[in-house]
Order: sequence, then C-alpha cells, then structure tokens
Amino acid sequence: MHQLEELMRSFGESGGDRSILTNENIAHLVAGGNRILSMRAVEGLEVKAKETPKGISAKVRVTAAIKNPVHLCFGIIHKKGIQEIKMDIVFEAGASANFIAHCIFPKAEKVRHIMDASVRIGENAQMGYSETHYHGPFGGIEVIPKAHVIVGKNGRFSADFSLLTGRVGKLWIDYAVEVGENAVSELTTRIFGHGDDMINIKEKIVLAGENSKGLIKARVAIEDQAQAEVTGITEGNAKGARGHVDCLEIVKDNAVARAIPIVNVSHALAKVTHEAAIGSVDKRQLETLMAHGLSPEEAVDVIVRGILR
Amino acid sequence: MPLLEIKDMKYRVNDKEIFSGFSISVKPGEVHAILGTNGSGKSTLAYLIMGCESYFPTSGDILFKGKPINGLKLHERARLGITLAWQEPVRLEGISVRDYLTLKDREADPSQYLEMVGLAPEHYLNRMMDRTLSGGERKRIELASIIALEPELAILDEPDSGIDMLSIQDVINVINILKKNGAAVILITHREEIAKIADSASQICGGKIVCSGAPDEVAGFYKSKKCAVCPGKSVYASA
Repeated sequence: MHQLEELMRSFGESGGDRSILTNENIAHLVAGGNRILSMRAVEGLEVKAKETPKGISAKVRVTAAIKNPVHLCFGIIHKKGIQEIKMDIVFEAGASANFIAHCIFPKAEKVRHIMDASVRIGENAQMGYSETHYHGPFGGIEVIPKAHVIVGKNGRFSADFSLLTGRVGKLWIDYAVEVGENAVSELTTRIFGHGDDMINIKEKIVLAGENSKGLIKARVAIEDQAQAEVTGITEGNAKGARGHVDCLEIVKDNAVARAIPIVNVSHALAKVTHEAAIGSVDKRQLETLMAHGLSPEEAVDVIVRGILR
Repeated sequence: MPLLEIKDMKYRVNDKEIFSGFSISVKPGEVHAILGTNGSGKSTLAYLIMGCESYFPTSGDILFKGKPINGLKLHERARLGITLAWQEPVRLEGISVRDYLTLKDREADPSQYLEMVGLAPEHYLNRMMDRTLSGGERKRIELASIIALEPELAILDEPDSGIDMLSIQDVINVINILKKNGAAVILITHREEIAKIADSASQICGGKIVCSGAPDEVAGFYKSKKCAVCPGKSVYASA
C-alpha cells in the first residue's frame, strides 16, 4: 500500500479528517519518516519544507489570520524507524492560526520520534496547537517533543498534547514558553500510560512581561507498572504576572507517579500558585458513581476518562 | 412486607458504639424523615444502608424486600434499586451534566430531570460537573440524577443543605416526584418544613431511635430537648 494512503488510513482511524488532503482551503503537511508525502499552503501561510536524512525540516510563516485549521500529520507506518521533525514557526504581528497535529505510529516496535520546534509569536498574534498521538499497542516507541516558544506583547499561545489511545512507550516532553507583556500561554497535557510506559513531562512558563498570564495543566493516568514524572515550572518576573500550575495524576495497580511543581517569583507584584494531587481514584467520586449502579471498574473508567477529557 | 427493614443493628468504630440495637422499617412508597442532632449518626445510617466502604454493621441485619443485603457491595445494592444523594455532592472533572444524568440510560432525555429541580437544561446540560458549578447547583443536579435513576429506595442526606430558602420548594418537589414514581424515601433533614411532608419520622439519639410517629410529633419531641450536638448517648433516659 502507498505510504501516504496507509498513513492517512491510520490518521482517519485516530480521529483525523481525511478530506484535508483534497480540500483546497485547508493547509496541510504530511510526512512519513523522512518523506514529505503531501503539502499545501493557503493564503497567509508560507511553508518551506525539505527532507533531511532522518526526517524533515520546515519553516512556517503565518502572515495573516488563517480561517481553517492547519493540519500536520507525521508518522512512521513501519515497525522500526526514526523521524526527526525540525520546525521553525513565525507568526507575524496580528496573525493567527490553529494547528492540529496528528502523530501516528500504529505498528511501532522500535521507533524514535523527535520534534524540535522553535516558535515566535508576534504582537497581537495567536497560535493554537493541538497534538494528538497514536502509538499502537506495542510500546516500542520513544517520543521526544521539544519546543521553545516566545510570545510577544498581547500574544496568545495555547498547546494541548494528548496521548490517550494505545501505549505511550517512552515520552519526554520538554516545552519552554517565554510570555511577553499582556500575553497569555496555556499548556495542557493529557496522557494515559499502561504497561511499562515511562512518561516524563517538563513544562516551563516564564512570565517575563507585565500582566502576562500562564497556566500549566497536566492530567496523567497510569496503570500496571507505568511511571510518570511531571515537572511544572512557572516564573513570575514582572508586575502583574499571574501563573498557575495544576497537576493531577491518577495511579492504579503498581504504577508510580511524581509531581514536581517549581515556582519562582522575582517581582513583588507577580503571583504564581500551584496545586498537585497524586493518588488513586477519589473514594467519594467512586462511591457516587457506584451509587448510580456502576461497578467499581466502570466507575474508575468514567473518572479517569473524565480527567483526561 | 417492608421495603427496608433494619433489625437490631449495631455499628461500632474502634471503641465507640455508633448504633446500639437500631431498628427501623420503611414501607414501599413511604417517605420517612430521620431527625437528629449533628453527630447523632444520620449520615452514618445512610452509608450503612447504601453499603459504603467501611460501613458494615457489627451485628444485626439490613433487609431489602425481605432479603439481607449486609454482604452486598455498594453498586450491587444500587442495582437492586437503592441509591443515595450525598449531603455534599462531589465534583467530577470532565464529566458533563448530560453524562451524569444519563449514567443509567444513555438514551434518556436528561432535560426533564433538570427542569424538575429548577435548572434550565440549555444552561446546564453541557457544563462540566467540576468546580465551575456552585455547591447549590451540584446539589440540584445530584437530586435530578436521583430522579433519573428511578430508584425503589432513595436516601436523601440533607437535600436542603446548601440550597437557598427560596428553593426549598424545589426540594419538596423532588421528594413528591420520587413518591409519585413509587419510590420510598429516607429523608435526612434538620428542617421541620421539609420533614413535615414525610409520611412518618424517627429521631435518632445515642445510637437508637428514641421517637417514631407522625412528623409533627417527632419534630416536637426533638425540639423539646434543644440539643445542638449529639452527646454520644441518649438524652432520653426514659425513652
């Protein structure tokens, strides 16, 4: 089967809309391994992408408000392989776009996926980035998404990373965001780990500008022998800066979770708060659902799915 | 045959005897109010009937439709038709009001249940059962969910707490709807105006029922001692 066809089939099965390839009003970039399989730009979006020995390198420039979401689909359809994605994204002042990324590795037994992104968001510009992963049932994958983001005055950046179906494998998320004056950044991760999955999330928001705002929100559920460590770092370095770290990890079976909230405030008029909760499913929540007739297993499933929603 | 019958139940936690020879009987469709001071064991009684974790009688029987349910787990009792509206409903992140009201029947129309508790469905169905809802809103939704379950026995643990005075009529409506649907209700309350709508009432004191009868009589008996907090043993020496 053609690589593009096979990747898009998995893309469709993981919730993606396959019509993005044919719709001329929707920009997309599809890469399998180190091959660029399909690409389209729209007015206000410039994409320069090239294949590299181990992946692809893309320079993206957003110059206007893009109406439809920009779709990215990366993956490896084989059992083994490596994919290194290097992205350099620039949003000009006042530009806006939402990116929807699907990262698909349905048969991964020995796969390595590395994402290294540099993002600069200009004044009054807005970027939404939603990344959904599907890794298949084998757990033989190592995923290393790394991003450095600078958000300019009055800018907005929100990222949502989710990995809820299939195995996680080994995951190292490393995001750092510098937030300018009156700008806002929100980072959300939602991950369900099983087997011997290893999850390591490190997210950092530096509130550098006056009245900047930041939220780090992590929702992790782990079972079997999975392990998770979530480090949420927020720095409040300017007048009126407001930040919050909110971490919730649910642990089942022999899984092990750790949360490390780090809060640094260097300006007297900045304020950063954090909350972290780790443990089994809340007993009262469980009993409430059981009083509605759900078995303990059904109730745990509803609670975990809700937290990861 | 009574729907629920508790016979000579004892319940001890460490060295403290919470219930000592507690007995009660509730008929099908009967609304039975339970009165008592703070700490007298009203909520503990609710948890014992429902079978919450760690709440199992030390001795005595809890019978539902004539069969002992002491050995059944909470969800097994729920599947028999018993349910509990908690005094302080929990928050459930990522679960919408619509999801919560259709836990039993995914095909059911949840709008009707919200209207029954005075909430506009268009404003609430898609909201999450999390911290964005006030305590009073969660309380109403909890009561709506109890109606949706169509139970045979509903235990309402202080359904009026956290709900403003003007809305007490909504709570009374819920009880009337449950009764109309054929459910028996164990109504735990501190409010006389709520207790008055019951068919019968009992007062708990010192781990026992010290007075049973018409709600007015029991309320009068209760008020006569002017207790605020349960002293741990019965103040009705002659009862």
